[in-house]
Amino acid sequence: MNIKDTYPELHALRSRLEANQGKEYWRSLEELAETAEFREMLHREFPDRAAEWPGPDDVAGRRRFLQLMGASLALAGLTGCTVQPTETIAPYTRPPEGIIPGKPLFFATAMPLGGVGEGLLVESNMGRPTKVEGNPDHPASLGATDVYAQASVLTLYDPDRSKTLTYLGDISTWGAFIAEVQTALSGQRGNQGAGLRFLTETITSPTLAAQLQGLLNEFPQAAWHQYEPAGRDNVRVGAQLAFGQEVNTVYRFEQAEVILSLDADFLSCGPGSLRYARDFAAKRRVTEGKTEMNRLYVVESTPSGTGAKADHRWPMRAGEIEGFARAVAAGLGVQLGGQAAQPSGPAGQWVPALVRDLQQHRGRSLVMAGDYQPPVVHALAHAMNQALGNVGSTVVYTDPLEARPASAGTGAVNQLESLRTLVNEMNAGQVEMLLILDGNPVFDAPADFNFTEALKKVKWRAHLSLYNDETSLICQWHIPEAHYLEAWSDVRAYDGTVSIIQPLIAPLYRGKSSHEALAAFTAQPERTGYDIVRDYWRGRLGAGAGGQVPGTGPKPTTPSSAGPSDPFEQAWRTALRSGVVPNTALPPKSITLKSDWVSEVGKTTSGSQMEIVFRPDPTIYDGRFANNGWLQELPKPLTKLTWGNAALVSPATAVKLGLLSQGDDRLDVEAKIETRLYEVNGRVVELQYQGRTVRAPLWVMPGQADDSITVHLGHDRWRAGRVGTGQGFNAYRLRSSNTPWFGQGLEVRLTSDRIELATTQRHHTLEGRKIVQAAVIDEYQKKPDFVREEVETPPKEHTLYPEYQYPGYKWGMAIDMNACVGCNACVVACQAENNIPVVGKEQVLRGREMHWLRIDTYYKGALENPETHFQPMLCQHCENAPCELVCPVNATVHDAEGLNVQVYNRCVGTRYCSNNCPYKVRRFNFLLYQDFETESLKLLRNPEVSVRSRGVMEKCTYCVQRIQRAKIEAEKEDRPVRDGEIVTACQAACPAEAIVFGNLNDAASRVAKLKAEPRNYGVLADLNTRPRTTYLAALRNPNPEIESKPGPETRHG
Amino acid sequence: MAKVEEPLHQSLHEISGAPPVIEPGHTFASVTDKISTIVLRRRTPLWWLVGFGLSFTLAMVLFYTIGYLVLTGIGIWGNNIPVGWAFDIINFVWWIGIGHAGTLISAILLLLRQQWRTSINRFAEAMTLFAVACAGLYPALHTGRPWLDYWLLPYPNTMRMWPNFRSPLIWDVFAVSTYATVSLLFWYTGLIPDLATLRDRTRRRGAKIIYGILAMGWRGSARHWHRYETAYLLLAGLSTPLVLSVHTVVSFDFAVGIVPGWHATIFPPYFVAGAIYAGFAMVLILAIPLRKVYGLEGFITMRHLRNMAKIMLATGLIVAYGYMMESFMAWYSGNTYEAFMIRNRMTGPYWYMYWMLILFNVAIPQVLWVRRFRGNVPLLFVVSLSVSIGMWLERYVIIVTSLHRDFLPSSWGMYSGTRWDYAMFFGSIGLFLSLFFLFIRFLPMISIFEMRTILPQAEVAGEKPTATRLPETGGPQESPA
Repeated sequence: MNIKDTYPELHALRSRLEANQGKEYWRSLEELAETAEFREMLHREFPDRAAEWPGPDDVAGRRRFLQLMGASLALAGLTGCTVQPTETIAPYTRPPEGIIPGKPLFFATAMPLGGVGEGLLVESNMGRPTKVEGNPDHPASLGATDVYAQASVLTLYDPDRSKTLTYLGDISTWGAFIAEVQTALSGQRGNQGAGLRFLTETITSPTLAAQLQGLLNEFPQAAWHQYEPAGRDNVRVGAQLAFGQEVNTVYRFEQAEVILSLDADFLSCGPGSLRYARDFAAKRRVTEGKTEMNRLYVVESTPSGTGAKADHRWPMRAGEIEGFARAVAAGLGVQLGGQAAQPSGPAGQWVPALVRDLQQHRGRSLVMAGDYQPPVVHALAHAMNQALGNVGSTVVYTDPLEARPASAGTGAVNQLESLRTLVNEMNAGQVEMLLILDGNPVFDAPADFNFTEALKKVKWRAHLSLYNDETSLICQWHIPEAHYLEAWSDVRAYDGTVSIIQPLIAPLYRGKSSHEALAAFTAQPERTGYDIVRDYWRGRLGAGAGGQVPGTGPKPTTPSSAGPSDPFEQAWRTALRSGVVPNTALPPKSITLKSDWVSEVGKTTSGSQMEIVFRPDPTIYDGRFANNGWLQELPKPLTKLTWGNAALVSPATAVKLGLLSQGDDRLDVEAKIETRLYEVNGRVVELQYQGRTVRAPLWVMPGQADDSITVHLGHDRWRAGRVGTGQGFNAYRLRSSNTPWFGQGLEVRLTSDRIELATTQRHHTLEGRKIVQAAVIDEYQKKPDFVREEVETPPKEHTLYPEYQYPGYKWGMAIDMNACVGCNACVVACQAENNIPVVGKEQVLRGREMHWLRIDTYYKGALENPETHFQPMLCQHCENAPCELVCPVNATVHDAEGLNVQVYNRCVGTRYCSNNCPYKVRRFNFLLYQDFETESLKLLRNPEVSVRSRGVMEKCTYCVQRIQRAKIEAEKEDRPVRDGEIVTACQAACPAEAIVFGNLNDAASRVAKLKAEPRNYGVLADLNTRPRTTYLAALRNPNPEIESKPGPETRHG
Repeated sequence: MAKVEEPLHQSLHEISGAPPVIEPGHTFASVTDKISTIVLRRRTPLWWLVGFGLSFTLAMVLFYTIGYLVLTGIGIWGNNIPVGWAFDIINFVWWIGIGHAGTLISAILLLLRQQWRTSINRFAEAMTLFAVACAGLYPALHTGRPWLDYWLLPYPNTMRMWPNFRSPLIWDVFAVSTYATVSLLFWYTGLIPDLATLRDRTRRRGAKIIYGILAMGWRGSARHWHRYETAYLLLAGLSTPLVLSVHTVVSFDFAVGIVPGWHATIFPPYFVAGAIYAGFAMVLILAIPLRKVYGLEGFITMRHLRNMAKIMLATGLIVAYGYMMESFMAWYSGNTYEAFMIRNRMTGPYWYMYWMLILFNVAIPQVLWVRRFRGNVPLLFVVSLSVSIGMWLERYVIIVTSLHRDFLPSSWGMYSGTRWDYAMFFGSIGLFLSLFFLFIRFLPMISIFEMRTILPQAEVAGEKPTATRLPETGGPQESPA
């Protein structure tokens, strides 16, 4: 029975639902009921009465009321799939072991991204994973998380996830799929699998690698290809170039005193970035008597979080960085065979000073090349680290993390070439069966590959993925994938440490993991992921096992009745519990630098043409998170853009394009110029590159390299789901295989159109206000309490009201601005913890985003290369809170422990408190932003936090639910809450440990000690608000040689 | 209804410098006739029907908007973070300000024995009531959950929760509700003798019953008059401080806040002056067409218009002084936030709002210095419109431009009203005009009995008449002249 013919209205409604995007998705049903189709349907549903009603456009109250009532009833039937089971059900009298109702449990697992794992502890409330925390035992996390991990729970419950296995668009079954695979495979057996191909993303999972290898052993002519749009080919090929073999580089920032980053955004993205941020921040923590800090030099094409933390940052076109690296390398004594040249660009004059600084810190310095720089820059970086004696101290080499097909030999896996081979074979008709595990090549393969056309030439094609996406549409078979929180697997971290990924919930939509999908190609097609992963580790774990895990075929296992005394069983349980498999970190490896790579030097072209730079998006990555509302609405670092991307240009380039007048770019940033910039931002340009054209809104980015335009990948998907489809522009359309990360010869044509860009921060200047305190370390050493002179603190008696007394606890927070790297993890962590809704682009444009915690970014100095500061801003829990006085109904009050609490039930929504809040951290539910309808999203909510409805003010509570939980535990044990027992969600997520929360009445607490630091100050303390959240002034450690000589590209601290 | 030889009298009084408060030639009977006929005549004039129809259409827009607002949420407006208040509070303050003239005319001018107030006080009071009704809509509906507004009232409840008495919004609730109550009582008390007149003069049974009930058995006995005068004086005494207090308290909504541009001690006097300014402008806007279409030039004479123009000029100068002092203090205080606020008002993204405010509220009304212009009725009408617009802009400048850029530049934002904001604003004007049209059709828009007291005939030998001393009862027993 075809629904389209039987119920045309329902079909229309359904297609309308599918077409919904962004905002509508979040509050859809009431609005849906207003459509003509739906009214029409209502009439048919109740023909005898409805027909008597006058025309549908009548707005009279009673009829409209009935319509709405009817609509909600009908829709309840449409979406509801909760039917009482017919079987006898039993009440919950004997709960499963270990579960106390209302008390969350934590399970260790890991999230793979780009193939590399991040260790997590996931909170489970009555069997529902609701919140992700970092695993303190995991070397890549140490308790911290990134935005992707934080937002992954929303993807798990995304109502747009693929729910059914489909064949040619029709619903099918797993059994049917296996049957067909087996039939098709029998055809391949004759030619040893010559027509069989597997396409995966980067794989570090030992189990999956073993499975694939097993299949390749069985079908020697088959091939395994890998492609990842934001892959690390440059790193691998660079290592191959430098050492003749592929290695994995692990950096030890805890040892590094002087760091040079060549376009490497190591604080914000890439494997190990959380750990790197932690170690980097630790070396900058000038507290408790420490007065030294590391020094960071950054050359980069597009501003990043790492660049913002730099003591010296030089904007440089991506193509010029090799020249700069060459000059530094030559200065350090690296033999370049006469290729050493003065780098173009004004940063060249500082090379000698930089070289001297690096040489003075031999063995304690670090040179790091960015993932997006060509292989030769990586080779140069390796050579520089060798020359500086850093290998073994700040730089450690190990075997590669990535599993690779044995057939690839010792050569590096160049994924781009791997995909090119696959496409060529597909075009040649050599590929008969293709299984795509994860990934979305139809959307993100290089534009010149024409992947879609090639794919259509494959006879049998199947796609395993979380969403029925662009690639699924082209494949005959689509298999819904199990989310990493639903499936068993394993993964390696940046240093090789293996974590077993254990599921927290049974697959919501009967999804299959990669392991299970591959098993379908074996003799045991029905094996579960659990069996596959466990069987792989059986024999490798337990007595005598450990150390390195071989990457080849699965060992034959004999199923045995494993008891708890079984050493494997014990080791397995320990590994699951702790989240890491012990002793699996890859051991350091000594390797020697080759010299033949020097011939590659100098090939990077760097003309005067316009350059285009591709980057994965800082929030939706390569596009895979496009349907995640938290990430779409997460303000991207620095630009604070939400819901879409923009083409970033420097102010000087904007002048060149005729958008700004000459001189606008030279002025210091101030409100007027900014107003001017925001008139320019959003102007649409046509970007033409290698014959392909894309229309994109412009964004003037202070600190961007001139004549270089950065575009972020992953936007404008056409089958992402209701949230992600059609947001922004698709930069993949411009990206070809010969210029994966940057290239010359971009043509820019200005159009007269404009696109409204939804940014959450429109002003980045301080206006001469003392909001951000910063000093150069030398000044700080001379005068540690410099902030006292800067910030005026009125005497305590300047209030009409009596002082509050805190006999018990007195909560407070300190935020070290010197540590904050602006990574946004706290923002998403807060959103996940506190059930904060997503509002959609339209509402962000109106200025109604709901984030309780935001990261304010301020610029100082010239537009072309400003000094950047991050200031996480959340409710300051003022002692003299301006909001408390003006609330007419006592909905926001001071509590006995100093919290400024918001009583949602009492709030009538006058918004006076927000008007009177100088920090503007209060958020108002102008409309019904919460989605109370979607079933799967109900599972996501934190049960300990109220879900706010329309018309109510909300704000940061210092995670009062966590405070209460800790207090209850402490009371049960009749002791005070220990320092560090309460960790707010933002604090837990922070990789840089910038946020510290605790009891101010306890002088020994970390927060009390931080508040006693001379750098501690209150933002807007001159208003006598006496904020309870205080900040530690930022410090910079510039090279005195560079700083003393004022140059155009230098910062003035 | 005596035909008035206006030009002669007019010019005579122009020469003597003091136009009369009532045109010569009127008698007790002619006054009663003239005013009560407007209400009692059977045929409703066409222009009234058209005017009322248009106003009521606008009022329906208001009701529709309110319905949609309550169902959807105040997100249909343009308010955001940082601009938490916008059209809602702008319109509230604007209407409350307009509502000030009525009480001022009725109470303060009564106590000051300003005879000329008599012919305008009734409709000015009505205007006050309707303006306060429109004003009241906004704070009631601007909350996120308007159905819980009663939580702002201090009523005993099982939760033992009280409102926050430190909040200026609570003071506002008391101030506005008191003002509305006293204004209503004052207006109604003043109406009772005239309602009795209408009861006695109407020939329609239904009207007789209704006016009869409303007149509360008024017979014009000496005891009635005695009680009436006592009550009226007491209410006048009560209203007088209210004129000052209401807008003072409204100004506290801002002055108590810490937002630069709000937090200023000059706010109370400057708001009160602004309110009187706006109120008189609205009285003129209503009086000028009314006296024309109903031929009431004999009652609302040039002297009234000139006096009101003078009051507008005086209060307008106080308001201008307020603007000046705001700028001066921003500079003199040395406070960076204040200094930025003024600079932002003058040169920021809403600069045109500020300079339009100066144009409408300060520059244009200066023509009233010229005596000739004060006597030019169309010009007065235009100036009054200008003041009304200017006062609306003043609230826009105070509320929106102060909020949109306050302390942390990271949180600065922009605001623009949506069509629902405008629908609600123009809708409330529709409601106001609808109520006013009903008022002029069904109630005497000028106090009949008080007008009679200012006739020369009412002068008892050796004694000057007061507004509340009546020579006779209202009623038809008076023989026609």
